[in-house]
Amino acid sequence: MRLSLGPLLYYWSREDTLAFYRDALTWPVDIIHLGETVCSRRHLLRQADWLELAEAVAAAGRQAVLSTQALIESESDLKALRKLIGWAAQWREDGHPALLVEANEWGAARLLARAGVAFVAGPTLNVYNPDTLALLADMGARRWVPPVEMPRDMLMAMRASPAWPAGMQTELFAYGRLPLAYSARCFTARHYNLQKDDCQFRCLDHPDGLTLATREGEDFLALNGIQTQSARVMSLAHRCDELRAAGVDILRLSPQSRHGARVVAAFRALLDGTLTPAQAHDRLTRLMPAAPCDGYWLGDAGMAWLARTVAHDLTPTPEELTP
Amino acid sequence: MTRPLLELICPAGSLPALKAAVDHGADGIYLGLKDNTNARNFSGLNFDTKTLAEGIRYAHAKGAKVLMALNTYPQPATLARWHAAIDTAAASGIDAAILADPGLMAYAVRHHPQLRLHLSVQGSATSYEAIEFYRERFGIQRAVLPRVLSLAQVENVITHTDVEIELFGFGGLCVMVEGRCLLSSYACGDSPNTFGACSPGHAVRWQQTPEGMETRLNGVLIDRYADHEKAGYPTLCKGRFAVGGETYYALEEPTSLNSLELLPDMARLGVAAIKIEGRQRSPAYVAQVTQVWRAAIDAVKRDAGRFKPHPAWMSALDKVSEGSMHTLGAYYRPWK
Repeated sequence: MRLSLGPLLYYWSREDTLAFYRDALTWPVDIIHLGETVCSRRHLLRQADWLELAEAVAAAGRQAVLSTQALIESESDLKALRKLIGWAAQWREDGHPALLVEANEWGAARLLARAGVAFVAGPTLNVYNPDTLALLADMGARRWVPPVEMPRDMLMAMRASPAWPAGMQTELFAYGRLPLAYSARCFTARHYNLQKDDCQFRCLDHPDGLTLATREGEDFLALNGIQTQSARVMSLAHRCDELRAAGVDILRLSPQSRHGARVVAAFRALLDGTLTPAQAHDRLTRLMPAAPCDGYWLGDAGMAWLARTVAHDLTPTPEELTP
Repeated sequence: MTRPLLELICPAGSLPALKAAVDHGADGIYLGLKDNTNARNFSGLNFDTKTLAEGIRYAHAKGAKVLMALNTYPQPATLARWHAAIDTAAASGIDAAILADPGLMAYAVRHHPQLRLHLSVQGSATSYEAIEFYRERFGIQRAVLPRVLSLAQVENVITHTDVEIELFGFGGLCVMVEGRCLLSSYACGDSPNTFGACSPGHAVRWQQTPEGMETRLNGVLIDRYADHEKAGYPTLCKGRFAVGGETYYALEEPTSLNSLELLPDMARLGVAAIKIEGRQRSPAYVAQVTQVWRAAIDAVKRDAGRFKPHPAWMSALDKVSEGSMHTLGAYYRPWK
């Protein structure tokens, strides 16, 4: 299995973002996603900056993937999307190492198919069956990311289907706060009694999202602008053998504001066999901004923490639950 | 062929609701089968082949269309169920099927090329580029837009596609992009995409406690109500939560969408149809809402320039609204 760094879902300062990617180029990951997928108002990195980063990623011998915005609302959103796809097409013509684009809604998939650019079918395309995946393969998808709620058994049934497109790579969201929902409304702005159009970029103050708790104090969700995430951190390191058996080719690690290098190192050691799944998990729980969850993978509530097949009891200690 | 304008599309979770919609002036009724092939998979709701046949007969006799929602996402182990539902839809004589999944559309086109297809709101298509994908590949003739675009953005979609555009007019308000919300499965394992319901009844608990009435979804406290407050259904995006030390409706208030006052704009933009939400609601709700919207749409068609929402219409709608409150939602930009 290979490791991929997912798109940065949060809004960090320009300096922090560039520093993050400067570091990431030295991490043992195979694929690095770039681009703004959540909110068109986030502008500290322009498209030209992302393209420059893509060149740096390619020069460092990693695969660069430009990830597209999941919710397209306006003509200017479409313009940005077309420009990005135009660049990918140009790279291919110029004989650069291939630059992949991740399509996160069907308009992007259509434009990529038209441009003849190979692409990644992102997690918000809602691919729940092999027929839809085969259609995407016909359009030029070489890789897909299942919806984050897809359980192991459904993924295995997809792969066992005669309609499964040969050569399709599966990239699974394996670590990070789960992106769960998108809205026209900005919940971070709402928290500050601001309108979205005058949000004052408050996302900058919440580099891992703004935690939402129930009225009895249970951390439940995390607000990230128009995106709602899980408060808990999905982690499937302890189920590594199962992921391999289910035919997962790539593990997606979602960026967080701290300990990025150590998260990647734990997964690398896991894949290299120098850490057992249980050891990797032990290490990761100390690096998470919140408690872990793994329920989706076993077909349970996403927020559940089951960890059934791990060699020893991995119930987080109270210390681990308070980062 | 003249393009439709402001067709009134009403919900039916049962035969009595369908009859109420037809009798009160709906141009079309949408319904679903009794399983997870549609996004209102609640017990006691929806149609079997017998009630479907009777409903279609009743509607067609009075000149109303019947649309069938098959708008969840088929899964590999149970794909045959969705295919059978498409076959049932095509054989039943419905006027259109409302689909979200491209793979299922491919099946429908291959096996029932004469079946008219609409793109469900669960398909999450918010741009004309996405809508054109479904038109080019599957010949969809209508798309229902998610409740996220402002009117100016709706106009931009309409000017760039020949696909008819249907908008939500009234009813429960999803604050998230439909088809792009996994909050329900995160809390309880079942999502609209795969199970066909958000915050499903089997996961809901109501409990009177010394602190007040508590509503829970799979154990997660969604809200707690003081004695003078009316407890609402624990739809999880409409609960009160604590963020940064403040407890409030962090995502959305328990409120309904009511865009009635925008009807003249919708007519000007060429919106083909208005959808009323509420297949889980009673026949009395369907009758009341259909009657008001029929009168309002007729008034706009007579003279859009002089259209004013009648106070009696608005109060009748507020009475059946969630929390007795309404909002223009995303159509009105400051809501965002």
